[in-house]
Amino acid sequence: MEDTMADESFYREKGFRSWIMSTDHKRIGIQYLGALLSFFSIGVLLGLLIRLNLIAPGLIIGQEAYNQVFSTHGIIMIFLFIIPGIPVAFGNFFLPIMIGARDVAFPRLNRFTWWLYLTGAAIVALSLFIAGGPPDTGWTFYAPYSIRTSANVGLAVFGVFILGFSSILTGINFVTTIHRLRAPGMTWFRLPLFVWTLYATGWVQLLATPVLAITLVFIILGRVFGVGFFDPSRGGDPILYEHLFWTYSHPAVYIMVLPAMGVISEVVPVFARKAIFGYKAVAYSALAIAGVGYFVWGHHMFTSGMSDTARVIFSFISFLVAVPSGIKIFNWVATLYKGSIDMKPPMIFALSFIFLFSIGGLTGLIIGSLAPNLQLHGTYFIVAHFHYVMFGGAGFAILAGLHYWFPKMFGKMYKERPARIGWLILFIGFNLLYFSMFILGYEGMPRRYFDYPPKYFFWHLVSTIGSWILAVGLAIIAWNLIRAVFRGEKAPMDPWGGRTLEWQIPSPPPSENFGEIPVISGEKD
Amino acid sequence: MEGKSAVPEIHIKSYFTYVYVWIALLLLLAATIYVARMNFTSFSVLINLLIATVKAGLVLAFFMHMRYEGRFLKGMLLLTLVALTCIIALTFSDVWYR
Amino acid sequence: MQVVEEKRDYTKAKYGMWFFLFTEMLFFGGMFILYSIYRSKYPHDFHLGASQENLLYGSINTAVLLTSSLALAVAVLAVRKGRYRFSIFLQAATVLMGGIFLVIKYLEWSEKISRGIYPNSPVLLRMDVGEIIFFGLYYVMTGIHGLHVFIGMIVISFMVYFTATGDITSENYSKMENTGLYWHFVDIVWIYLFPLFYLIT
Repeated sequence: MEDTMADESFYREKGFRSWIMSTDHKRIGIQYLGALLSFFSIGVLLGLLIRLNLIAPGLIIGQEAYNQVFSTHGIIMIFLFIIPGIPVAFGNFFLPIMIGARDVAFPRLNRFTWWLYLTGAAIVALSLFIAGGPPDTGWTFYAPYSIRTSANVGLAVFGVFILGFSSILTGINFVTTIHRLRAPGMTWFRLPLFVWTLYATGWVQLLATPVLAITLVFIILGRVFGVGFFDPSRGGDPILYEHLFWTYSHPAVYIMVLPAMGVISEVVPVFARKAIFGYKAVAYSALAIAGVGYFVWGHHMFTSGMSDTARVIFSFISFLVAVPSGIKIFNWVATLYKGSIDMKPPMIFALSFIFLFSIGGLTGLIIGSLAPNLQLHGTYFIVAHFHYVMFGGAGFAILAGLHYWFPKMFGKMYKERPARIGWLILFIGFNLLYFSMFILGYEGMPRRYFDYPPKYFFWHLVSTIGSWILAVGLAIIAWNLIRAVFRGEKAPMDPWGGRTLEWQIPSPPPSENFGEIPVISGEKD
Repeated sequence: MEGKSAVPEIHIKSYFTYVYVWIALLLLLAATIYVARMNFTSFSVLINLLIATVKAGLVLAFFMHMRYEGRFLKGMLLLTLVALTCIIALTFSDVWYR
Repeated sequence: MQVVEEKRDYTKAKYGMWFFLFTEMLFFGGMFILYSIYRSKYPHDFHLGASQENLLYGSINTAVLLTSSLALAVAVLAVRKGRYRFSIFLQAATVLMGGIFLVIKYLEWSEKISRGIYPNSPVLLRMDVGEIIFFGLYYVMTGIHGLHVFIGMIVISFMVYFTATGDITSENYSKMENTGLYWHFVDIVWIYLFPLFYLIT
């Protein structure tokens, strides 16, 4: 039995061409995963360099270089790693399987998004190395500086534009897939929750990314043709740039975090050996987060000189987002209650997601309210907050998903002990690294500064040491998984006792997923 | 699974339906130019935008067959337009009161 | 099960195209946001700017684009009725009208440029700030719209080819229908651009 399955595995065809030209959603997912993790590694190295500079300002890199390093760190981590992140890797691999389809709705379009992604990444990379130097604007490309600086902002922005196009097409593909390719009997309320979050994410990608695209076009036109939409001397309004930029970039936070919540909603019930508590509430709250999250962008701009009316409105709406996020947290915890909890590696990562994301979310409420924001805006408090959300949230969810689905994707088992040790070291390092930043920010240390008064040294030192510990943890996790790809034991069909469709087919899945399209019956209701 | 098994039916069967819509569009074009040439002042902008919306509605409903689509597409179209309107409104909440 | 799978899913293709048009709406929406805000800020300058536009060119272009939409709508129906030669004729006519639109646009732009009005030009920078913004928006919005028209012409040219080779038939017309949706959308954008730039005098 096992042997015939291995023959049908989607890995069966060998050779370079069979990979790069393949329209198989699983192969595309694997390639995306490889690219994402490579960019993540580069981003981590740049992050380490930032931390290194901050314990000895000026000794390692200069001030110009520091601006370029943190900008590049941000651009790579945001646009190349975490925004495409879970949808393109796990979504591509598992969305069709989970709804009982052979592939996504538009397989060739899917392949095209991969090429766009690579092109965008190559252009961004090019902007780092050619004359003019890497962008020094931060990942936000604020005008009018981004229009005036001599660094290669134009090129980097063009690369991000193409990445955005890739993201839009992925969103279109997934939403269409979920509408049209569900297997017979796979009704909306029998969809796995990961699919629900991909659906909500798809709509955010569709409706928010074009606003970023046009904003980036404005930057390019400003640089090339001198169209001064954001230049006060030509009647422009720089704050409008911030409006347009955050109209995308706040919803983008939900592009990163919603699918992460989906992964957690898959992992928690499996390892608590219980059905998820409040399935419909979790599903609807994904849509609610996507919907409300669309109208809160102004909380990034409280200190920009925006009107008081707008500040009050945006602060109020921002608080509303906490409600559906809270619903999710409560439902996960309620799922754990009286469950038979099995602390396998995916579960450990999922539980630390809940813990770290709660810290990120609750500090979000602090800076979402107007008065503390005026004090904390532009300090390390913000940096700590969004790292808890992005890394502690989305990043840990990627690790949870990776450990959860690894046996299915590669057909191999990793060793559990190194995974646990890696997690422990990572978790300690993470909290040292980023919690110190809350303290630094509370004491008034501004973000993006190259140097600082001596009184901040202690927590900067703690933070930097934390970054080294975190890097060791990541290295152990990476080594353990890479080793397993080559030397791991053969994985069974369903190592965790999962109940979704991907666990009903061999590991790794055969090339068209299902011999016969499954018919889903209503056991779950 | 509707629409999966057969070629969907043709909703608009006559070429002339399109021609009538086209004539209406050209009449509206003439009307909008006329309104602009008369000096209605501040109202004329509003009326011109209303006429443009009627024209866009005609194109959507007939040329793009939105009239015959299901509730889902109609709803999502509405949602998209509402989202855009909300973005504009929220941005104005800054610009007007600054 | 297998049988159903191999049948074509017309709705799928249509949904994909509509979702793409939703993103296009927000893409152009970003420009309309800037337009509406700057117009409320500089109503007088926008008024002055618009009075320098060539209403005749603008009106002719609107009529041309509306007519091209008619031609393409009928062409899609003709494909579905199996009248391929008629459809090819109308598609070619649509491409031609798109070309006329762009030529007129070119005349209009070059007339302005010859008067020294283009982004970053010395003449423009001496004007009031509101007019600088107005003409900036004019060039950007009509330029990006023109780019969409150009892309549409290329796509329709491919459709002419596909109809001729028999790739597009009355049973397999999704490509054609989606091209139509795209072209009509571009038409709708122009329906709004026309009053905003030519008629607010």
